[in-house]
Amino acid sequence: MTLTITKLAEGLARGQYSSGELVDDVLRRIQAHPELNAFITLDEEGARTSAKVADAARAGGRNEPLLGLPIAHKDIFCTAGLKTTCGSRMLADFVAPYDATVVRKLAAAGCITVGKTNMDEFAMGSSNETSFFGPVHNPWDKDRVPGGSSGGSAAAVAARLVPAATGTDTGGSIRQPAALCGITGLKPSYGRVSRYGMIAFASSLDQAGPMAQTAEDCALLLTAMAGFDEMDATALAAPVPDYRAGLGNDLKDLRIGVVKEFFGEGLESAVADAMHEALREYERLGARLVDVNLPNSAHALPCYYVLAPAEASSNLARYDGVRYGYRAPDYSDLEDMYKQTRTQGFGAEVKRRIMVGTYVLSAGYYDAYYLKAQKLRRLIAGDFTRAFQHCDVIAGPTAPSIAFALGMKNDDPVAMYLNDIYTIPVNLAGLPAMSLPAGFVSGAPVGLQLIGQYLDEARLLNVAHKFQEATDWHARVPVGF
Amino acid sequence: MVACNELTLRSRWRPVNKEEIEKIAHLARLGVSEQERDAYTEDLSRILGLAQQMNAVVTDGVEPMTHPDEAALRWRADVVTLEADRDRLMALAPQARHGLYLVPKVVD
Repeated sequence: MTLTITKLAEGLARGQYSSGELVDDVLRRIQAHPELNAFITLDEEGARTSAKVADAARAGGRNEPLLGLPIAHKDIFCTAGLKTTCGSRMLADFVAPYDATVVRKLAAAGCITVGKTNMDEFAMGSSNETSFFGPVHNPWDKDRVPGGSSGGSAAAVAARLVPAATGTDTGGSIRQPAALCGITGLKPSYGRVSRYGMIAFASSLDQAGPMAQTAEDCALLLTAMAGFDEMDATALAAPVPDYRAGLGNDLKDLRIGVVKEFFGEGLESAVADAMHEALREYERLGARLVDVNLPNSAHALPCYYVLAPAEASSNLARYDGVRYGYRAPDYSDLEDMYKQTRTQGFGAEVKRRIMVGTYVLSAGYYDAYYLKAQKLRRLIAGDFTRAFQHCDVIAGPTAPSIAFALGMKNDDPVAMYLNDIYTIPVNLAGLPAMSLPAGFVSGAPVGLQLIGQYLDEARLLNVAHKFQEATDWHARVPVGF
Repeated sequence: MVACNELTLRSRWRPVNKEEIEKIAHLARLGVSEQERDAYTEDLSRILGLAQQMNAVVTDGVEPMTHPDEAALRWRADVVTLEADRDRLMALAPQARHGLYLVPKVVD
């Protein structure tokens, strides 16, 4: 079943098939494709039980749109009773004692969790190669990366193993893998979705979001995921609309900002061509293109690679082998226990970022790096505010290139970081953004990024949906799936 | 995005020295072997070299931004709202007994 959530919901409502059959089909498809390594944990028993409950509820008269629909959760979300590993040896055997709010809300809306998807360790990566559980392979070309850190979720949806999955995005980790795998992903405004139970990487940047085949599906999922949460001090009290309500709005006179700095050096020319073609489609839909500038965006990458590691070094200090997670088997004293546990439990990229973070926060360096980065963050956010005076949404490439080969960018950490140049400014500003499929280059998917104003997810979804009504990139499935 | 091309990045290396690596590793409670120290020194130098690019921007008088939504931290009434199941939570620990987390002896 390669149908969207929306179509599957219609089928369930018409009685064409049951949740039990859907779950069986999903589990069969997942088990038929271990080569993608998209999943870390499957919950067959739990999923089948939930399917029975959903089918009984439907027979009893319940009919919410997400009732009985199978989804997967990125392994960064705590799922009670199921392993939550965060792609790390540090949590390889950790069974969460509670559900993340995102998990709880989607379950309350009727979704069935089939399993936990693979990811870059502690969400640090752009290729899903840093996972303790091995890399994820791109279903469009198994020698290429799916992108990261939500690579497992992206690959699973692209290969139609599941109709939708959750992801998280701190510097592009929903949008970039969505682009490299040819699916639709949304990072909501900071604070729109609760972070309770979502293992923290960089607390002022992290945000959870839906990954699916279409904007319509993302709208359905976001409506269920979003909202105030007592348990998250940064969650917004703003009311949650039905994000599907305005999907069909006409795009006539929509002003689309095209950022000069996002079309400069560093962007592969074939990807740029695909972007321009997508923008021409928007003009055919009635939109107007407006040149805008984000002058400080060139410095977003250094800014992020100071702030995010700094926050990570603080958030990952809790992994000490005392209360949960990995503890080293041999140690001499308490200090040695901490050191051995953390050295063995964390992978190379995570340790690198902890080191950078510790450095930039240390006495003597705090002002030059961390404080400087926070000031630059304000300037970067200010650029967007000014740009949005002249446009309604901003459009451009999600990633500078198509999916690269596994192992290609592992020598120089900074070369890997360059994958995030267009996505990072958005997290610094806390704005909502999406990636949607916009074409192919050498057989590999290319994504268009849409950036919106704070809390303007409804408009983003509308702008994406109209593109998906006029094109069929999002409906393409890789060969063999 | 000229500032981000690889040539520019490499020419802005500011080496971090080995003593600093050891000090930072200790603060982070990470063990660093001899060979790893060299790799870390190089990697951190590259990443901090990237960070140096921030100096191209004048930020005098700019307020630091900690967080996208600048709302003040929410307060709530000082009442118990959550009952923690101690046994269930302590069952997660690598070593625990009698309601205590066990670690190597610190005080003689």
